[in-house]
Formats: sequence, structure tokens, C-alpha cells
Amino acid sequence: MSEERSENPTPILDSRTRDTLHPPAEPPPGTSAEIRRSVLGMNLLVSFLSVVLALVIGGVLIVISSPEVLSAAFYFFDRPADTFSAIWQTLSSAYSALFQGAIVNLSALSEGDLARAFYPMSESITIASPLIVAGLAVAIPFRAGLFNIGAQGQMTFAAIGGGYVGFALALPAGLHLAASVIMAMVFGAVWAGIAGFLKARTGAHEVITTIMLNYIALYLLSWVLNQDWFQREGRNDPISPILPDTSVFPNLFGLSLRVHAGFLVALVAVGVMWWILNRTTLGFRINTVGANASAARTAGMNVGRTWIVAMLLGGAMAGLAVTMNVNGTDKVVTAGVVGAIGFDAITVALLGRASPFGVLWAGLLFGALRAGGLTMQAQTGTPIDIVLVLQALIVLFIAAPALVRAVFRIRGGSSEAMSLAKGWNG
Amino acid sequence: MSAAMTAVPEAPAIAPVSPRRPLAMVAIAVFLGGLFTWLAPAGQVTTFIFNLGQQFFEIPDWSVNSRTAAAAFALIAVLAALAAWPLHMRRRSVLWPSAIMGAALIMSFLSWVASDESLPVTGLLQGSLLLAVPLVFGAMAGVLCERSGVININIEGQLLAGAFMGAVIGSLTVNVYLGLLAAPLAGALIGVLLATFATRYFVDQVVVGVVLNVLVIGLTGFLYSRFLSEDPDRWNNPPRLPNITIPVLSEIPVVGPVMFEQNLIVYLMYVTVILVQLGLFSTRWGLRVRAVGEHPDAAASVGIRVNSVRFRTVVLGAAVAGLGGAFFTLGSVGAFGREMTAGNGFIALAAVIFGRWTPLGSLGAALLFGFAYNLQNVLSIIGSPIPSQFLLMAPYLVTLIAVVGLVGKVRAPAADGIPFRKSA
Amino acid sequence: MQLQLRGMTKSFGDLVANDDISVTIEAGQIHALLGENGAGKSTLMNILYGLLRPDSGEILVDGSPVAFGSPADAIKVGIGMVHQHFMLVPVFTVAQNVELGDERVGPLGFLRTSEAEEAVREVSQRFGLEVDPAAIVEDLPVGIQQRVEIIKALTRDASCLILDEPTAVLTPQETDELLAIIRGLRDSGKSIVLITHKLREVREAADVITVIRRGRVVATAIPPSTSETELAALMVGREVSLTVDRGTSSPEAQTLQVRGLTVYDAADRVVVDDVSFDVRAGEILCIAGVQGNGQTELVEAIMGLQDRVVGEIHVGGTVTSHPETRRMLALGVGYVPEDREEDGLVSTFSLAQNLVLDTISTSRWSRYGIVDYARIDAGARELLAQFDVRARDAYVTAGTLSGGNKQKVVLARELSRDLTVLIAAQPTRGLDVGSIEFVHRRLIEVRDSGVAVLIVSTELDEVCALADRILVMYQGRVAGIVGRDSPRDDLGMLMAGVVPA
Repeated sequence: MSEERSENPTPILDSRTRDTLHPPAEPPPGTSAEIRRSVLGMNLLVSFLSVVLALVIGGVLIVISSPEVLSAAFYFFDRPADTFSAIWQTLSSAYSALFQGAIVNLSALSEGDLARAFYPMSESITIASPLIVAGLAVAIPFRAGLFNIGAQGQMTFAAIGGGYVGFALALPAGLHLAASVIMAMVFGAVWAGIAGFLKARTGAHEVITTIMLNYIALYLLSWVLNQDWFQREGRNDPISPILPDTSVFPNLFGLSLRVHAGFLVALVAVGVMWWILNRTTLGFRINTVGANASAARTAGMNVGRTWIVAMLLGGAMAGLAVTMNVNGTDKVVTAGVVGAIGFDAITVALLGRASPFGVLWAGLLFGALRAGGLTMQAQTGTPIDIVLVLQALIVLFIAAPALVRAVFRIRGGSSEAMSLAKGWNG
Repeated sequence: MSAAMTAVPEAPAIAPVSPRRPLAMVAIAVFLGGLFTWLAPAGQVTTFIFNLGQQFFEIPDWSVNSRTAAAAFALIAVLAALAAWPLHMRRRSVLWPSAIMGAALIMSFLSWVASDESLPVTGLLQGSLLLAVPLVFGAMAGVLCERSGVININIEGQLLAGAFMGAVIGSLTVNVYLGLLAAPLAGALIGVLLATFATRYFVDQVVVGVVLNVLVIGLTGFLYSRFLSEDPDRWNNPPRLPNITIPVLSEIPVVGPVMFEQNLIVYLMYVTVILVQLGLFSTRWGLRVRAVGEHPDAAASVGIRVNSVRFRTVVLGAAVAGLGGAFFTLGSVGAFGREMTAGNGFIALAAVIFGRWTPLGSLGAALLFGFAYNLQNVLSIIGSPIPSQFLLMAPYLVTLIAVVGLVGKVRAPAADGIPFRKSA
Repeated sequence: MQLQLRGMTKSFGDLVANDDISVTIEAGQIHALLGENGAGKSTLMNILYGLLRPDSGEILVDGSPVAFGSPADAIKVGIGMVHQHFMLVPVFTVAQNVELGDERVGPLGFLRTSEAEEAVREVSQRFGLEVDPAAIVEDLPVGIQQRVEIIKALTRDASCLILDEPTAVLTPQETDELLAIIRGLRDSGKSIVLITHKLREVREAADVITVIRRGRVVATAIPPSTSETELAALMVGREVSLTVDRGTSSPEAQTLQVRGLTVYDAADRVVVDDVSFDVRAGEILCIAGVQGNGQTELVEAIMGLQDRVVGEIHVGGTVTSHPETRRMLALGVGYVPEDREEDGLVSTFSLAQNLVLDTISTSRWSRYGIVDYARIDAGARELLAQFDVRARDAYVTAGTLSGGNKQKVVLARELSRDLTVLIAAQPTRGLDVGSIEFVHRRLIEVRDSGVAVLIVSTELDEVCALADRILVMYQGRVAGIVGRDSPRDDLGMLMAGVVPA
């Protein structure tokens, strides 16, 4: 026994955390369920504390870079109270703006103006919708052991196909939207499929190929936007025609709130992906290949094909993600239609630990942070970039639970670090 | 053993060689060479200019019929591909024929796209070297980290941190050399984060790298908005490094202006490459770094502290990348801009893989990518029949093809990306 | 050098790997530590080499206590270790591997290659261990690599040499050579610790034997006065029969036929060379041979797990020239892979999931691509009981099980299908005696039920115990196919590539 145990001194705890990635079919009975719950609880606690820790560090950054605080600190020894009040002012106004911009506008709520009160929440969800689906685009290949850095490129390429069908064809409402969305998903799947195919066929590492495909897609879109058949008539700048109402997601709560039906589609996508991963043989194959490719191969699974399928699914999600903007928020294709959603999606997927429902919550959190960040920038002049810093810190802490537990002096739980991708050699 | 026994015959330990690779090379040479020849207008002249400034002697401009030149270079490419065939079948390296074929195809391509124009060859190469500088530093950073067993997907962030800190310290102190000193320190700081999470908390190295990139982009962006764009004169107005002309060497035609009329960072780049090459392969330090990246258990069993070797190597590598980042600001435009590294870190990473995790190979790959970048610049100036977006795409396409075509033949350090945990 | 371990205790979680172990190793003595897999030998040696820290207990060198924080400390006092899995960097030269950690350097830390090579030459001449210092290690045969490991210890002036299962990868002849080398080292005054579970070599070479069972010293023995059966009983804690009750085989039709199978590896080398053989229903064919002579690749090729394969494989009446894993499984070929941790199980999956790894797509567990987990769980509970897998329930992850239980899970999975052929590679490697007996019994049962069984094993004892016929491989070729009653010496020669007259 000792030889085997010695390599892995705490095997029970280690493997338990992994269970969150590969949940068994039913809640297991008896003692194991209790352990599982407590570990799950510990994970939730670590996740929550990671957010707290990130907000604290972000707060420090906001404070020490604030012009008000800096100028008050200049005469700190004369009037130290000024410095502290400036710190409090800066921090409270920034984070209050962040909160109100993300969730609910309190003053409008007290005035009873519901549309204005819930405008922030609508914005958060609007921003979160593509983030969630793009997060799935990264998460699903993750489950097969692939690190898809190419959601950005897949969304970009999908914008070409989906956008063209959206503005160029004349189809009845509903059908037109469906056609445009499906075309986007196909385009996204193709672009991701290239990386999957190259990986399966030649072993070219997906991290490199997807990054390169990102740039290639970017310039393809830029070229397309300058072509007569794609550019809006009478315009010299790279912009497509506006999508007609037939190919646009309807708004959910009227025109004053931007949140549209794309969010419902995103929820459905989360559910479908959860079902595929946890209830189908395809999902079983994807999980097996991701957890141990050589065992999968030995069990007769076609690893290469599973990689390709996982990338196709991911790419389709990336395609779906961009429709949230093309057919929803923006209603037009521009060079900036994807923004940086494809990159943010990586942090979303990591924060969501590559599980569809985890991705849903992570997407909502980051969407809220971004919506709040915009308000914070407008109201307090705190640059929106702080949101990126917060995102990075949160994921970093969650990836290293041992660090968070050390900071907060928590005992127990798992110290298994996040491990999803594979090295160059496999 | 008695004479009555017979030995089992030794196995003929070799598989038959497949001619797929040289076949593909010939096919590519014939197809591309033929395409360029066909596209090159027969009646027009392409002029290659070699002179730039004053050297020992002048190489006369070379004007030639576009189609003839394209055809001639295409022929050289095909011959090189054919020469690779017997070499490959005898399991010899086809590096040289491949390089010659590539160069000839590029010349054939240039004969076509620069028809009726003058192509400043020396200027093209000089610019290529400049654009390759951050790639080379980034690639050296990648080689260092990955040889020690830590995947460095964070090169982009390290470059960006170096660019930022170089500009800020250069501005605040109004001293370009202090800026140049600050840049590697900034890179190293990011390296400390990468190394800590990778070797202390055993977090997946690709994940940490990606997340740290986001962190650096966010931090530099945040500070940029708060300080640099608020008061650019104070925060973002660094002096630029002067060009240093090396006597004698700079007088050599073509080579002189390309290599020896550059600023300090470029010369530091030469030194860095030589040091990394020598250090990794000829010193005790390098032996240990490589041992840790190939077989950490073996290194640990002779008393080498694996994670601390990795830690130091990662920090050193990140410092090298940080120094390279200074090129974006102090070495070229001066002022810092948001996300100004624009993906150079990822191209550098591709150069590491393309260069098979060797310093010299990665140098070659980085130079090639630099050339692809600058070709686009030059062609957009002289005007070319290809839409600019496709030229912009070129470096990435080249990388994609290079990585796809090479993988399977290359082997990363055996323990690259695998955290080392002591058994207790 | 005299080395004393006093009251060594080390536990991992609930498991006490070493429980108050005290051993004294005298200079000029070969001291064997005998114990079955999992008895705690390696833990003890890892403590002695500074790789693990004991919970309590002390180490004394020539009477004075020492503390090892890392292998560097152990090396300093003169302890050298030859690990079971060689601690050699494959891409380095012999000299580089030997000097690593103790390099010959000039100014600025530049390596002095010729000095390092000279040092290797000197040691290899002094102790009669011939090796080319400039050779790249990965190009060398395993036996020579082991020599490099020994040289590595000797150049560090080791006066106590620990060898961990050193014969696992050697032919019987190479084993004899190694034992001769070890005796030579002993005679030059070095103390030798030989860790093994092989009774034969212990009795041949050791001056003193310490038997360890479940983390405790259960006996100290002097070889000539203690028989193999006695040693085995001490090691396992009960009487063990060293033979398997195998009954008689009644072979029928030829079920698995392999014809002209050749396998190339990634570096274009021929690793399996024109191999042909048959296995009949109701018989066990064992493939014997030293590790690394193509057995692994042969089996993987049959299972469709090798990329470059030439030749034909017949299963039942079906012929394939390009075997595909999924197809072989569908034809009723059961497969117990050599590396069960890596290839046989997904350690992060539950036992239930592992038990359906290669049958998930069949109508037993899924329909229209939708998995019926309720059925899988019920099936899993049944199988776990049937195969006596000691686990809390079907939902614990496979990684938490002991080696024996892992192998039972793999066997349970494979034997739960209708089989015509069973291929088991190193089915008992690393298992304790109880599990070995269990696995052996099951394999015989499978044979008796009319399945053609192909077993790969590097343990000659196991081969002799199980086989109806024995195929010996050497350098990728069939060195010979012989009956089960052929003398061990002949098998040993075949394993070394020599065909007896």
C-alpha cells in the first residue's frame, strides 16, 4: 500500500474536487454524499472568498491610484483625516457605482421608476448573454482536454456568416432569425473545427492554432467589411447594413430595456450543454477523453474524433454567442462586434470550472462587473480596466485554492489546483 | 555459452521511409513557383535595391524582367525541393534545402508583387530585424521557461509589462537607461507571479499564463487611463534610445545597415541569444535547467531543488521578455499605448515551438515572422496586387502552416507543463 | 559504513506505511529487504534517501545520528540509490547524467565535458562496469542504463548503495551479472541494500535478510538456514503455495491468430518484427521476455493502439490487417492493459463509470446515445460484489483504490462482456500476494470457460505458473515457442536471445 499511497498522500480529498468536473449520475448515498457536500461547500466558500479578495485588492488599486487620495496624501501629516475620508469617498463611491450599475439603481427604485431602476440589471444580462454562451465555447473543449483560446476568432468568423444571412436574405420573421443564428453556429463550428482537425490529424497544439486563427478571422472580417457585398451602401467605413427586424432577437421588456430574447437562448444553451455532457454517450466520451485520453483510446473511443466534435460544439457555441450581439444588441456587423468577449470567455469558463451551470453564474458575474464597471467609469472616473483586473484576480485565486485558504486561515477542504489543459506533448 | 547455441538474428531496426514529405515539398514548390511565374507580368521590370546609406562599396541595383525572375527563383525552389528528396530518404536533415526553397519562393513572390516597382531589399531586412526584436526576446523567454519545464503562455503579458514600465520609468526619470533597467524588472515581477502559481500552488501553467495576460492588460490599461493619458508629458514621454553605429561593421553592404546601425536593445538581443545558447548547453546552470525540464525526478534524486530552479529560470525568462517589451516604447515609438504588444507574445511562443525549443531555432523562426510582418509594411508602401488584409494575415498563416507542418517531428522538453510535487 | 535505522515510523493519512522499523546495515554486507508489494520497503528507502521525512525515528551513520532534508544530504554522507525507475535524463549523455548535481566546471560555470567523461571512464574501469561516457542514455539498452545508475552512485563515493528492485528489468543472465557486480562491491567494503520481493535472488545474494510485512519488521533471517517457502510465509503472513492450481487445459479451435505482425515506433525503429502465433480457445499462451522487447507494442498492435502496424490478425473467423480498438473490443477481445493507472482506468471517474468505459455505447447502458445511469449503477454494485472490490460504494473515484482493487475493477469490466479472447498484459504487476492469487484464479477460470487467453508477463514465475504454452520474445522477435514444462534455464537463454540447441 505504502508505495501507492506515497505518491498521493491525500487521495480522497484530491479526487473529490475533481468530481465537480465529472459528476456521477445520481447523488451518492451515505457518507460519501456528506463528504461531497462539505467539499462542495468548501469550494463555494473558496469561490466566494476569491471574489472578496479580488475586490479588496481592486479596492486598494482604486484607492492608491485615485487623484483625490493622492492629493490628500500629499498633506497627510497635516491633516491625516483628509486622506482617510478621501479613501472612503473614493472606495465607497466606486463600489457603490459598481453595484448600482450592475444590479439595481437604488435612487430610481425609491422613486418607483422601475424601468430606470432595473436598467442596470438589464444591462448586466445583456452583456452576460454572449459571455455565457462564449464561456460554453471554451468550457466544452476544456472537458475534452482542449484549451480553446479561439472563441474570439470563432465568433469573428461566425459574425461574417450569420451577419450576411441576417441582412442580405429576405425571409419571414422567426425563420430568418433562425437561419441567421444557425449560419453563425455553422461558421463558428467550422472555424473551431479547423483547430480540432489539425489537433487530431497532426497533433498541432490547439493553443497555438486557435490563436493564429483568431488573427486570421480578424483580418478576414476586416476584408469582408470592405467588400461591396458586405459593406453598407454609401458608407466608406467598415460597417454592414442594419439587420431587419425579421432577423433580430425581440426585446424582452420593451424598448427602454436592452435585454433581449438572446438571453433565453443562452439559458437553453446552458441546459442543452449540461444535458449533453452529463446524460449522453457523447458527453461521456468527451469527459473520458479529457480526463484520460489514453484510457479513452484503450476503451475503444476515437480520441481524435472526440476532439473534433468537442471543438465543433464549442465553435457552434461561439457562433451562437456572437448572434447575441449581431442579431441582438448591435443589429449590425462591425469590426468591433465581438469586442473582447472571446477572451473574457476564457476567464468565464475557468471561473465556472468548465461546467455549464458554473459558466452561467460566472458569465452573469462578469457581465454584472462589466455593466457596473461602465457606470463606475462614467460616475467616478475609475477606468473600466479595473474589471479586467478583478476578473483575472478572481480566476487566479480560484485556481489556487491553497492560496485563498492560507490568506483566510481556513483548514480542510481540497488544495487540488485547477488543472484542465495539457502540456505540449499531449 | 556453448557453441551449440544460436543467437536470434538482430532485428533490422529501421522502418521504410515514406516519401510524403519531399513529395509535398516538390508539390508546393511547383505550385507556388508556377503561380508566381504565371501572375508576374512578362513585360515589366522588378528592381531590387540593395543600398542604404554609405558603405564600403555599393551593390548596383538589380533590374530584371519580372516573369523571368519569378521563373528563375521558382526553378531554384523546385531544385531545392528535389535535392531534399534523397536526403530525406537517407534520413538526413532537410533543413537547408527547405530553407533555400523557402527563400527562393519568397524571391519569386517578390518578383511578382514588386513588378514595375523598386523593392528596397536592405530596408526590408532592416525593418524585419527591428520587428523581430520583441519576438526574439519573447522567444528566448519562452525557451528558458519551457526548458525548465514551465509553459510560458504569459510572454505577451511580460512584454507588455516591460513596455509599460520602461516607458513610465523612462518618462519619470527622463533617463532612457533607467527605463531600460525597469523593463526587465517589471517582466520579472510578472514572472514571479507565474512561477509562484506554477511551482508553489501547482496551478495549470497554461491557465495561469492566460489569466496573468488578462491581469497585465487590465493593470496597464487601468494605470494608463489613470496616469499616462491624464498627464502624458510627465508619465508617458520617455526619451528614445539613440541608434549606435558600430564602426567598420556597419560599413559592410547590406549586413552593416541591417545589423549594426541599431539601438542598444538590438545589440542586447544579440548578446541575449548568445548567452541563452551558451548558458543552456555549455554550463552547469543550463545542464540543471534542462534536467529539471526533462526529468525532474532525476534532478531531485541528485539533490537539485527542482521547483526553485524552475522558479529562478521562469523569473529570468520573464525578465528577458520584459527587456524585449522595452523595445516597443524606448526602442521605437517612445510612448506607451494600450495593449501595444498586439499579440507579439503569442507569435514569440509559436517561434519557440517552430524553433524546436532551441535558442537558435527560435531566433530563426522569430526573424522569419519579423520578415513576414515587414513585408506587409513594405508592400503596402510600394503598392501590391494583394489586399492589405491578406498581407496582414500572412505572419499568422505562416505560423499556422509552420506549426502544423512541423509538429510530430518536434519534441517539447519531456516535463514541460507538468508540475513537480515531491512525493510527500 | 554502518547504517542504522531506529524506530522509523511514517504514515500517510490513516495508513501506517512504516511502523517502528529498526534495521542495521553493516559495512561489507549485502542486506536484503524482503517484502511483498505495498509492505513499506520503498517508503523506508525513500526516508533513508532523504526523499521522505519520517514521522518519528532516527538514522545513525556509524553510530552518530543524521537528518536528511533532501537527497543531497544523503549523498553527502555516502548513500547512493539505484532507483527502480531509472533517474536518468534520456536526452543527456552518460557523462552528463553521471555528473548532474556534482558537475565538473571551469570558470563561469562552463562544463568540462572531457573531465566528466574521464571520471566516468575511471569509475567504470575500477569496478568493471563498461559503458561509453559519450553515449546518449536513451539509445542504451536497459541493462546498461542500470550500470549508469550504479556508476552515478559510485562517482559520488557512495559507501552504502541501495538498489530498489534492480532485477525487474533484467534477463536472468543480466541478473547474474548484476549480482556478481554487487558481490564485488561488497567485497570492496561497501554496504549494499537490496530491496526486492523475489525470493530466489535474495537467497542467492544476500548475507542478511530483513522481512517486512505491513510496515513492520517480522523477521531477520540468514539465507542458507531459511528456505524459500519459509521466506514466502514470513513475507505474506501465512502459508502460500508457490504454484497455481491450474488444472488441465483442453484447447479447442484456434481463436486468435497473429500473422507476420510488424510494428514501427515513432522513431521509425522496428519494435515488433514479423511475429506470428496462435492462441486456441481454452488455453493460456504466455508471452515471456524481459521488459522492452516488444511485448507491450505487440499487444497494443493487436488492440489497435499502435499507429504503424503491418500484418494480419484473425479473431474467430474475422481477419483484420488494420486493427481498430473499438472493433477488436466488439469482436469479443477483452483487454487488461499493462499500465492500469494510465490506460485501464480514469482515476477521476467513479467506479461505476469506469466499469462501463468500453461498453457505454452498447444497448446495455445507453439508447439513442442517451445514458441510463440507473442501470449502470445497479450493474456496478453487482460487479463490485462479484469481484470482491473493497470500496465504500460505486461512486468513489478509481484513484482512491489500492492497486489490487484497481486491477479487480479492470478485470470486472472486461470479464463482464462476452469474450472469445482475453489479453492481459502484466496482470499482477505491483500487486500484493492476495490480489495476485485472486487474479490468477480468475484467469484460469476464464480459460476453463473456453476463452483464448494471452498473457504478457516479465515474471518468469508467473509465466511458468499460468502458461499452457510459452512464447519468448527477444528484440521484437519470437525467440521461441515452448511447452510449459521446458526448463527455466532454457527460457532464460531464449529471453537473452539465445536459442538452446
